[in-house]
Amino acid sequence: MPDPTNSAESQTMTNTSGDVPAIEFRDVVKRFGDNVVLDGLNFSVPQGQRITLIGPSGSGKTTILRLLMTLEELSGGLILIDGDPYTHEYKGDKWVAVPEKRRRVVRNRVGMVFQQFNLFPNMTVLGNIIESPIHVLGKSKAEAVADAERLLEKVGMSEKRDFNTNELSGGQQQRVAIARALAMDPEILLLDEVTSALDPEIVADVLDVLREIAETTDITMLLVTHEMQFAREVSDRVLMFDKGQIVEEADPETMFTNPTHDRTKEFLKAVLGG
Amino acid sequence: MNDSIWDWDRAWEVLPLLLEGLSVTIQITVLGMLIASILGLFIALAMRTPSRWVTAPLKFLVDFIRMTPLLVQLVFVYLLLTWVPGYVVGFVVLGVHYATYMSEVYRAGIEAVPKGQWEAATALNMAKGRTWRAVILPQAIRNTLPGLGNYAISMFKETPFLFAISVNEMYKAGQDYGANTFSYIEALTMVGLLFLAVSYPTSLLVRRMEIRLA
Ligand SMILES: Nc1ncnc2c1ncn2[C@@H]1O[C@H](COP(=O)(O)OP(=O)(O)OP(=O)(O)O)[C@@H](O)[C@H]1O
Ligand SMILES: [Mg+2]
Repeated sequence: MPDPTNSAESQTMTNTSGDVPAIEFRDVVKRFGDNVVLDGLNFSVPQGQRITLIGPSGSGKTTILRLLMTLEELSGGLILIDGDPYTHEYKGDKWVAVPEKRRRVVRNRVGMVFQQFNLFPNMTVLGNIIESPIHVLGKSKAEAVADAERLLEKVGMSEKRDFNTNELSGGQQQRVAIARALAMDPEILLLDEVTSALDPEIVADVLDVLREIAETTDITMLLVTHEMQFAREVSDRVLMFDKGQIVEEADPETMFTNPTHDRTKEFLKAVLGG
Repeated sequence: MNDSIWDWDRAWEVLPLLLEGLSVTIQITVLGMLIASILGLFIALAMRTPSRWVTAPLKFLVDFIRMTPLLVQLVFVYLLLTWVPGYVVGFVVLGVHYATYMSEVYRAGIEAVPKGQWEAATALNMAKGRTWRAVILPQAIRNTLPGLGNYAISMFKETPFLFAISVNEMYKAGQDYGANTFSYIEALTMVGLLFLAVSYPTSLLVRRMEIRLA
């Protein structure tokens, strides 16, 4: 019986070399009760690539990101981060969950920004950002604060350092949430419709911040967005999903101007109103 | 000479005795609520463990305490632990009794913390214990403050039961005065007014808290 993790494990030493994908889905299955959302999904994301997931509502985009953040449990298959088994692994030919202790080691490399921001309302802006660098990464408070201030500067929120989160607008909260995710220095950043809950006039501010991050870092990004223009600018590759399957995969130029698959054409026509 | 049912002199005479009793009543309420709020939190947390070996007996105990009258519990424990002063039996039994209700307040307070808070904590790779202490409980406890206030008022109003175990709280002070002077009406009216004088402003405070937290 072949052990699907073997090849991955032999490569874990070469984490940063670029030939190990940052993310790999192997035959990933996800069911909610009888509803099979992902049925043997395979794809991988090379180090530093920016991938946009598009597709109709219910096609499984959010589920993919949530599986990567361990907010949902897999039903089958493997997710590898830098070649390391993340949530499940094969022991012999038995498929078993990876213990939380080891998941936490790998999870440190993954960050996520949510549609609803999810800042901690019982902490200040600064408190939100330094919480995990101190308590998870073990940084000193002084170092965490210095890093946080640099990040707040980057997202244009320096003056709000000591504010309560409920004193901020949606767009401001989202920029803090982005800074909070970056403070963990993630290798992989997951962005699920991070501008969908914002008023249209603020969306551009948040997209500007993300654009700058895309330009100035080599973080691997997986994003779900309805901002097609933005997706086109920042992504290296676009994956079109339908019913938990990749129906088409292309560079953004091709995907948005000259898609091959009928399903993609219909979908883009609907969202672009063209 | 005075055959009307109300005598102002009596009412003023009893007041200092009642105020002494009130101080005991308040002490017992504060100590009882201290027990109720700490024990209640532990019950609420213990009920969340997946092990039925913990939750099933605990649930039975909690139901048992809730489904039997406070008065019976007080007298039973008082008679059982004869060497423990009534004062102590009083606030401990009140505290344990109300802990079973406070646990429900905590449960609701914990459940009212949005799922997104747990998810953000996971995304930031926070440890479980740290998530509870730094994110969930501070928000949950904030949610429980009005409930805590309401139960404090209700415990305060139930302290007259401690009369049955000879604690010198306010109701007993009134009863004793009545027994000595046959001026029950004056004494007990004043008892009622003093209860009102404490619980009504407190309830307004709780109401304000509810509005502010809503
Ligand atoms: N917690 C859940 N319980 C049950 N079913 C769920 C749950 N989360 C998602 N699903 C189901 O999984 C499927 C995929 O949902 P998912 O949220 O991944 O879609 P999506 O592509 O992100 O859609 P949208 O564009 O609307 O955000 C849907 O059929 C949805 O009903
Ligand atoms: Mg979604």
